[in-house]
Amino acid sequence: MGLVLTEEQTLLRDSARDFIQDKSPVSAFRALRDAGNEDGYSKELWQGMAEMGWAGMLIPEEHGGLDFGFQGMGIVMEEAGRTLTASPLLASVVLGGSAIVLAGSDAQEKDILPKLATGEILLALAVDEGAHHAPERIMMSATRDGDGFVLNGEKTAVLDGHIADKVIVAARTSGTPSQPGVTPEGLTLFVVDGDAQGLTKTRRDMVDHRNSDTLTFDNVRVSADAVLGGVDEGGHLLNMVLDRGRVALAAEMLGSMSQVFQLTLDYLKERRQFGQLIGSFQSLQHRAAHMFSEIELSKSAVLAALTAIEEDKANASQLASLAKAVVNEAYHLISKEGVQMHGGIGMTDEHDIGFYLKRARVTEHALGSTKYHRARYADLSGY
Amino acid sequence: MATHDAFREETCAWLEENCPASMRTPMAEDEVMWGGRKADPKNPDSKLWLDRMGAQGWTAPMWPKEYGGGGLNKEENKVLQEELGRIKARPPLFSFGLWMLGPVLLEYATEEQKQQFLPQIVRGEIRWCQGYSEPGAGSDLAGLQTRAIEDGDDYVINGQKVWTSYANYADWIFCLVRTDTSTKHEGISFILFDMETEGVTTKPIKLISGSSPFCETFFDDVRVPKSQMVGRLNGGWEIAKKLLQHERTNISSGGFGASASAGLEQLVKDHVGEEGGRIADPLMRDRVAKQKMTEHAFSLTVRRATEEAKAGGEVGAASSIFKYVGAEMNKSRYELLVEALGDQGLGWEGDGFNSDELNVTRQWLRSKANSIEGGTTEINLNVVAKRVLGLRDHQ
Repeated sequence: MGLVLTEEQTLLRDSARDFIQDKSPVSAFRALRDAGNEDGYSKELWQGMAEMGWAGMLIPEEHGGLDFGFQGMGIVMEEAGRTLTASPLLASVVLGGSAIVLAGSDAQEKDILPKLATGEILLALAVDEGAHHAPERIMMSATRDGDGFVLNGEKTAVLDGHIADKVIVAARTSGTPSQPGVTPEGLTLFVVDGDAQGLTKTRRDMVDHRNSDTLTFDNVRVSADAVLGGVDEGGHLLNMVLDRGRVALAAEMLGSMSQVFQLTLDYLKERRQFGQLIGSFQSLQHRAAHMFSEIELSKSAVLAALTAIEEDKANASQLASLAKAVVNEAYHLISKEGVQMHGGIGMTDEHDIGFYLKRARVTEHALGSTKYHRARYADLSGY
Repeated sequence: MATHDAFREETCAWLEENCPASMRTPMAEDEVMWGGRKADPKNPDSKLWLDRMGAQGWTAPMWPKEYGGGGLNKEENKVLQEELGRIKARPPLFSFGLWMLGPVLLEYATEEQKQQFLPQIVRGEIRWCQGYSEPGAGSDLAGLQTRAIEDGDDYVINGQKVWTSYANYADWIFCLVRTDTSTKHEGISFILFDMETEGVTTKPIKLISGSSPFCETFFDDVRVPKSQMVGRLNGGWEIAKKLLQHERTNISSGGFGASASAGLEQLVKDHVGEEGGRIADPLMRDRVAKQKMTEHAFSLTVRRATEEAKAGGEVGAASSIFKYVGAEMNKSRYELLVEALGDQGLGWEGDGFNSDELNVTRQWLRSKANSIEGGTTEINLNVVAKRVLGLRDHQ
């Protein structure tokens, strides 16, 4: 596959769409929000998703996974994004799972992957330390202590952090901060138990009602076999894992923005003012046509990035930044215009479109804003 | 597979023998070969290369052999294009006949017309121009008023066209004329005639960029045989629209999409400074990255549309955005460049500016036409809104 789905992938998309539309319409997310669910996801739905094999999509068959590949993951993320499905797919399956699959020792793989593939345990990846995505500026310390390490510092915006059974945390074992397009040096990734002594996990209530949590490490002691990959060699691994997360998130956002656009287009074709369908007014037609063109550009960028990761292409990082930045801007525009074109009804909590607007801003920010990815793209392109 | 290997080998050998060395170098704008009776190439190899490729039918590789084309299938054409690309061969011919007229002739013309016109197009013997817009009919093209009145075996044509690209260099014109004044779209016919016919005059229009790629074209009792009408009387609008699709695809993908990525970042570095390999001004760097990302996503979309067409046989919705996105993208590229070049981006001529700088300035002014020619941005947005998104007019 390049930029067009294969037959097998089309089948996967259709089955994902059927499952999501049936088991996880937007009303399911609304019910979760209304119930004030502190987990931020439905365990029952997650069980169903795991039964579909989605928890093991990226995991090799020998460890109980489907190994369906990254393009397949993107297809599922896009369908989940259409209905704002809240699930551990991004944090646990893509970010956590990729880290273990890419760099886990035999023991780590055997310990984690089979249970991850069934959805029995959840992972999270703890990277950022401030209000903005900046993996290059990680300062959390990991100091040697006997044959282990002691971790100290605070991690912010940890997706699904407070529900994670194991947290993969990036800490500094040496070196100094670097620029966005330069592989950070002196970082090490550790696998830490969610209930480790000295680890405090606090849920933050975000506008999208998903989990973006604060994790405090106060003298958390880990053994040497908690190291994921090599000591001081986590920068490259972290880049690879984050790129997988960025592209999977971009695929989810593509699904969401396509749905916002469909809702808006439907409304333009049914709402009447001045005796006319509002979709017959040229000021709205041109803006709708512009949004359509942004979606088409986004689709190409996402498909190219998914393929590059699947095929381990040399320009995968550049395409990941391209996809995230292009999708960020398009989803921003379409969610904003969607609310405007719905008029008063779009301001009400009763209408779904507000959910998409709020989710849009959180996802735009997560794993790198537009500004961040433009700077990274420029670095990677040599200017 | 084996047959393609053989074809590749033959093609490779033929090109090696027939493509002159000077035709394997980058081409300046004034070296473009447009063919036609008035062609006067600076380099005689341009003519040689055109003649050889034309005789082979490879200026129109996929047109049928019986009309002078190459008769190649898709796979063979792919091989040919790859081999041409490999030796960096210049396109032998730029031609409205190849890009716009030929495809509609293949679909609508009589056998006799095909035999007469298509081989000449393939060999680049006749340079065509397009008689579409009029002073009172631009975006509202179907409002055109140039009249063709029946007189015996002929039509007698009176009126004026405008924005006729290179009419002063063209040999023949494909022209929209009004053959019925009682109705709008259904009163238009599509007709071909020689620009040397008595009563045809052209006058170049000087543009804001200083160049004159377009003309006004006047018709004063121009007599054209009825046999030169394509399609049926009053059936020209359908052909006109079909031809516009070919034009828009060409303007967006070939026209400026392809070349749009070269050199932007270097020019900006040269003029705003660079620090550690990065454009020194972070705001300018952000805007360059934004521009380059749009261009990257656009080229991926062109590729996706091609793959979709190959896979499914139908032209996907993606291609409907090419003209609009391509035109706006090219304009923003030159606005950014002119700003980055500062004073040096605003020179008209003379020694105060180098040729790259002067080129940016002229291209910036030229690019303003991208969102006007071949259907304005506003018309293209209308087309997407109505045909792709299904939004309706006022009832």
